[in-house]
Amino acid sequence: MHDFLVESLSGVLGGYLYPFILEGMLLTIELALLSLVMALSLGLLGAIAKLSKNRTANIIAGAYTTLIRGVPDIVLMFIIFFGGQLAVNVIGDSLGLDYIEISEFFAGVVTIGFIFGAYMAETFRGAILAVPRGEIEAGFAYGMTPAQVFTRITFPACVRHALPGFGNNWLVLAKTTALVSVIGLEDMVFRAAQAGGSLRQPFTFYFVVAVLYLVITAVSDVGLRWLDKRYSVGVRRA
Amino acid sequence: MDFGAIVSNLPLYLDGMLTTVELVVIALIIGLALAVPVALTATSNNPLVTFAPKAFIYFFRGTPLIVQMYMIYYGAGQFEPLRESIFWPIFKEAYACALIAFSLNTAAYTAEILRGAIIATPYGEIEAGRSCGMSKWLVLRRIILPNSFRRALPAYGNEVIFMLHGSALAGVITIVDLFGAARIVNSRHFVPFESFITAGVFYLILTFAIIWLFKKVEFRWHAHLRRREV
Repeated sequence: MHDFLVESLSGVLGGYLYPFILEGMLLTIELALLSLVMALSLGLLGAIAKLSKNRTANIIAGAYTTLIRGVPDIVLMFIIFFGGQLAVNVIGDSLGLDYIEISEFFAGVVTIGFIFGAYMAETFRGAILAVPRGEIEAGFAYGMTPAQVFTRITFPACVRHALPGFGNNWLVLAKTTALVSVIGLEDMVFRAAQAGGSLRQPFTFYFVVAVLYLVITAVSDVGLRWLDKRYSVGVRRA
Repeated sequence: MDFGAIVSNLPLYLDGMLTTVELVVIALIIGLALAVPVALTATSNNPLVTFAPKAFIYFFRGTPLIVQMYMIYYGAGQFEPLRESIFWPIFKEAYACALIAFSLNTAAYTAEILRGAIIATPYGEIEAGRSCGMSKWLVLRRIILPNSFRRALPAYGNEVIFMLHGSALAGVITIVDLFGAARIVNSRHFVPFESFITAGVFYLILTFAIIWLFKKVEFRWHAHLRRREV
């Protein structure tokens, strides 16, 4: 496969398209998917905290979603990447550990996951509120524990309501991964800058990367539509 | 935490904030001016007419702003005729390039918001205008556009915040906006936490200011939806 691609794409963009740029695209996708997993976990936790009766949980979750959504992604990325590096080593120093280096990839995943966790929390909060109260009461009436009601009723029923917001968040998240090129991670934007510089064709390469982002968007659209269909089984549509 | 370096660099931050506000305001004005014709042509019934505006919206909403900015700032130099034309002084300037990228980006997002709002115009309103003898343009000016702006307002507020946050990318291509100021302070004093958190606080203040402003405007524009005192 690899050899075949090298062979057949050798003439494209001076041989830079494969493996150079497309490898960068793979990193973009990996980064986006890992961040998504983290964002979903944080988002679910955040939504539960926002809806809980515990005041402290409300305040923490409220502060998290407000602060994150009020500050630009790139500023947060620099706070977490540069500041996090410093903080880890101050803590490490006091424990007598050697210099710890946070990899750009790890910092990228944590930052993007942390940012989109806040957006996901809002999406999930709305979706959980959209689940009819009677369905949850029915679960309790059967003698289910709160955890069982959540995993068996609330969560599966809220997925349908969460999907449109989730889809939007995912598309924005995928585009936000482009920022990691600024902290030196070799995603497709970073690689386009290098290849474009060495061939003196920066526009061409940035344009190719833009089109590759459109490909990610288009493929995601198909997937999201499929998910929507699956989770809307049993809902009548006009 | 040592905020001494921040305090002594406060003028730099304030200058940066001014640049940020300036960039955002100009980009929003140009973007809105472009968005109205784009949205109107995108709602046409003729597929030949809708193709160009829809492609424009699709491209600028589907690709990262940073890539669009790089395409204009670093990419423009690739074209020999452009470099020799009278426009070159614009394209070699980071500030102008950021402004062009931001304007086109926000134009695409705003056009999509407006398109949705225009499509949602109740048909009765247009019929009412026609039956009063208004021409097509008069219906557009008196009924479709004002009501669409009203419907688009909440979504447009989000877009303005989005633009403010996107404008931080100007700091990446050497412009000293709020984020650029934070980068300078960090590189001079090596205080990553303090410098970027300070920028974050300023952005937070600007975000809240925008939210407050839109609440005010919505209060006026949505007066007819306000709960009436009995």
